[in-house]
Amino acid sequence: MATSDMSEPTRRDFLYIATGAVGVVGTAAAVWPFVDQMNPDASVQALASIEVNLDAIEEGSAITVLWRGKPVFIRHRTGKEIEEARAVPMDELRDPLAENANLPAGSPATDENRAEKPEWLVMVGVCTHLGCVPLGQQGDFGGWFCPCHGSHYDTAGRIRKGPAPRNLDVPEYTFLSDTTIRVG
Amino acid sequence: MAGNTTYHYKNPVVRWFDSRLPLVSLVRAQLYDFPTPKNLNYFWTFGGIAAICLVVQLVSGIVLAMHYTPHVDMAFNSVEHIMRDVNYGWFLRYLHANGASFFFIAVYIHIFRGLYYGSYKAPREILWMLGVLILLAMMATAFMGYVLPWGQMSFWGATVITNLFSAIPIVGGTIVEWLWGGFAVGNPTLNRFFSLHYLLPFVIFALVVLHVWALHVPGNNNPTGVEVKSAKDTVPFHPYYTIKDLFAIIVFMIFFLGFVFYAPNMLGHPDNYTPANPLVTPAHIVPEWYFLPFYAILRAIPDKLGGVIAMFASIGVLFILPWLDTSKVRSATFRPLYKQFFWILLLVCVGLTYLGGKPPEGGYVIAARILTAYYFLHFLVILPLLGLFETPKPLPASISESVLKGGSGKPAAAAAQAEKR
Repeated sequence: MATSDMSEPTRRDFLYIATGAVGVVGTAAAVWPFVDQMNPDASVQALASIEVNLDAIEEGSAITVLWRGKPVFIRHRTGKEIEEARAVPMDELRDPLAENANLPAGSPATDENRAEKPEWLVMVGVCTHLGCVPLGQQGDFGGWFCPCHGSHYDTAGRIRKGPAPRNLDVPEYTFLSDTTIRVG
Repeated sequence: MAGNTTYHYKNPVVRWFDSRLPLVSLVRAQLYDFPTPKNLNYFWTFGGIAAICLVVQLVSGIVLAMHYTPHVDMAFNSVEHIMRDVNYGWFLRYLHANGASFFFIAVYIHIFRGLYYGSYKAPREILWMLGVLILLAMMATAFMGYVLPWGQMSFWGATVITNLFSAIPIVGGTIVEWLWGGFAVGNPTLNRFFSLHYLLPFVIFALVVLHVWALHVPGNNNPTGVEVKSAKDTVPFHPYYTIKDLFAIIVFMIFFLGFVFYAPNMLGHPDNYTPANPLVTPAHIVPEWYFLPFYAILRAIPDKLGGVIAMFASIGVLFILPWLDTSKVRSATFRPLYKQFFWILLLVCVGLTYLGGKPPEGGYVIAARILTAYYFLHFLVILPLLGLFETPKPLPASISESVLKGGSGKPAAAAAQAEKR
């Protein structure tokens, strides 16, 4: 027994292990296309940006547009809403980050960091809890309220109460002119 | 499952076939002659009832798929087409939709029967764990099936449930987009859910075969929880239990078809007759009733990841239940304390079902938290301790003794009454 354990590996041992290894690697490589086909495809990726005209949105009202299959809120905020959002002390915020795709990650969730132009608040209208669409001008903080599981957002779309972990996401957007933005 | 046959067949064709593929012997040994405890009560018929439900779902589902179109622009209308144009389409669809509910009713009774009579204990742990896997596969299948009509509840149910995976730290967002095949629930999601909804019932079927196989190794548990000791304790499966099961199935079908014909939408939600709209969430999202206890647990925890973990853990504890219950005695009939805790657990589960359908605010949330805590307390604290502190009642020497001479359980009491008369 001891001698056979100590003996040099034979050519046959090598062939066994080499064959098994090629089989495993080959199978693993074949699995990847079957996993990756589930990811968003080229036609979905192609719908990545839209342009929106802001002319018709009066102060105190909002529109919802569909971007990448998700609702995007564009709200023309009133002076009172902006004031309320700016008056909130930072240590009262549940999520201290701006969650703004236009700013470096880690920017603080000040109202200035949430809305590039104070009167225009642009956010993905998807609750960060489980993806429902929050209702506007409702909830304890005068912003948005998610009817599914009771998350309250303030007038800057920041989470203040309820199970949602993050502020509403601000998507990438740029002002093409004073009255037109491109989302995405 | 198939041992070497000891049967001798007079018919030469059967003999020729069976010696090459012992299919006839398999059926005879496992379905006809299979020795079954003679004291099984009607709670033991729900396994057979659940199997029939699976067959009803498979047959009605395969037929519905011939008329359904899995595309976001056409799915809702194709379901209405089934309801209005297809011959007996209304019947097939109501059968399938209510069949899901009644499948869960049968399986939940089947599970609570296992809990009451300790059917999960050695040597039936694998049998029990296969059952939990079947429950999980059923839940996945039912969830994806509910998405297919592409109504408001379909869409938002799919959104909420797939978003559960976004609670996973770091990779959560990537996983959810991978599940969706997009940046939100959309056509790729509907397409793949249809594919998987067609696949999973066959996976369930395979699991059921393993479940029955694992049952036929130790044989059935019974209301006394005492193992079969001699041939006197058993009767052949056919005709005793084939006919008893069939009678139970017929009674079950009366209730099932009662819903199909007279209250086909009672267990559904009216919002699902509104086509899916990705811009508007219905004011009050509720899952189908059979998911409500799990939904209540999800919402009871004020933290997103914590809620998701608690929900999955509520099924996870069932998986390790054979090792959480430390008592050597199986049947609650002989466990005076466990019997009481069993009924409390049942009430807690009913309570969670009720709370899962209520809005997540005020007293409902507090109640859901208390019941959720108790649910886990039952499995993780009460069951392990109960086996150490409880004094069980004396067990009958055998199934026959309990049935014929008295000593315990309902059969004995019935026998005693018969003697008095």
